[in-house]
Amino acid sequence: MSDWIRPRHLPEALEILATAPGPYRVISGGTDLMVECHLAPERRPESWLDISGLRELQGLQITEEGIRIGAATSLEAIRRHAEVLAHWPMLAASAAVTGAPPIQNRATLGGNVCNASPAADNAPVLLAYGARLEIVHHHGSRWLPYGDFHLGYRKTALQAGELLSALWIPYPPKHSRGYFRKVGTRAAQAIAKVSIAALIEEDRDGIIQSARFGMASVAATPCTLPSVSQYLLGRALRDIADAQVRQRVKQDIAPIQDIRSTTAYRLEIASRLVLEAIHRRSESKKEN
Amino acid sequence: MPTTMRINGEAFQSSSAPNSRLLDVLRNECDLKGTKEGCGEGECGACAVLVNGKLVNSCLVPLGQMEQAEITTVEGLPEDSTLARAFVQCGATQCGICTPGMMLAATALLAEHANPTLEEIRWGLSGNLCRCTGYGRIYAAIAQAAGGSADV
Repeated sequence: MSDWIRPRHLPEALEILATAPGPYRVISGGTDLMVECHLAPERRPESWLDISGLRELQGLQITEEGIRIGAATSLEAIRRHAEVLAHWPMLAASAAVTGAPPIQNRATLGGNVCNASPAADNAPVLLAYGARLEIVHHHGSRWLPYGDFHLGYRKTALQAGELLSALWIPYPPKHSRGYFRKVGTRAAQAIAKVSIAALIEEDRDGIIQSARFGMASVAATPCTLPSVSQYLLGRALRDIADAQVRQRVKQDIAPIQDIRSTTAYRLEIASRLVLEAIHRRSESKKEN
Repeated sequence: MPTTMRINGEAFQSSSAPNSRLLDVLRNECDLKGTKEGCGEGECGACAVLVNGKLVNSCLVPLGQMEQAEITTVEGLPEDSTLARAFVQCGATQCGICTPGMMLAATALLAEHANPTLEEIRWGLSGNLCRCTGYGRIYAAIAQAAGGSADV
């Protein structure tokens, strides 16, 4: 008989994690974990810590700097949230292309991040918006830029006894524009071949003040594009050499060949999407 | 510790392991075979049921989270309904494997949008695969059940 604990309050959950860190598997929506358990029953965990009943991990709150999203908030609640739709439309869009409605009704934003798939649907947008993670432990908490969370293939910065409690996303800069696109075999349910989010800020003269990218399915982890961002900084759109951008995309990503796509396809599509994100002047609904 | 829930309006207690799939509890313990297993990975929607009114894939739901939950399977839907008649009239069923999941997805959709647009119908059913009908007749059935045109 497996051990299943469903605490009502966060401190209780953290104490369980602190005293018995190893064997407890944390579960919330279960949309990835239940598949894993079914496909590999021999590796099915015996002890489960079910965090779906923790109120502290639920819901969205607007703050002065941005929005706080409880880690166990469902993607359905996120994609419908009026403030998310108004200020972080790329997040509403990525939540809406994660699986399909029955998945979004259960899957959580924190789960999508902690499952740490290189193809995680919401990762690019969180990277582009510069999200921060609130990580808690039974004797305290810490902040981590989301960009520092993925350490390697399915390896995260979460340590034994720690739990992701919330994601904080700042308001995008005033004169910024977003671009989000997921490339898959069909609109619903598909795992991304490549996906990208970009947030580009220009001044009045069209000089790029900041450019942040997030991509998935192009490396062992969801990743940013540091050399592309650096190249764009301080340049006007007309001064951007597409060949330079392509070369930097190649430096920043390391796509693999798998059942969904080839390395060459991913590299080409990644470059085209980055260029489209840069040159597209106005945000439109179509990209969502 | 057994898990107590309501399935199609009736109290039910399961002693299966908490990490059991709701799908297996429904089919094997409750003998509710209308809930089908297609992919077992949350891709196809054949195992879709409503939990507290929300559409979910029962292959991905652990029993341990179902304490006090209200579960509706296809057996819990009325035998004769506008929706059921529309499925028959529009030829929305062929082999039948996807039909229970489609009916539940449609029920969840119509509860939220009494008069859904074609786009809303497509979205509401986007987690359910059908390999026979090509979807057009299913969309038509739902539009008809909602009192709209079957001409989609």
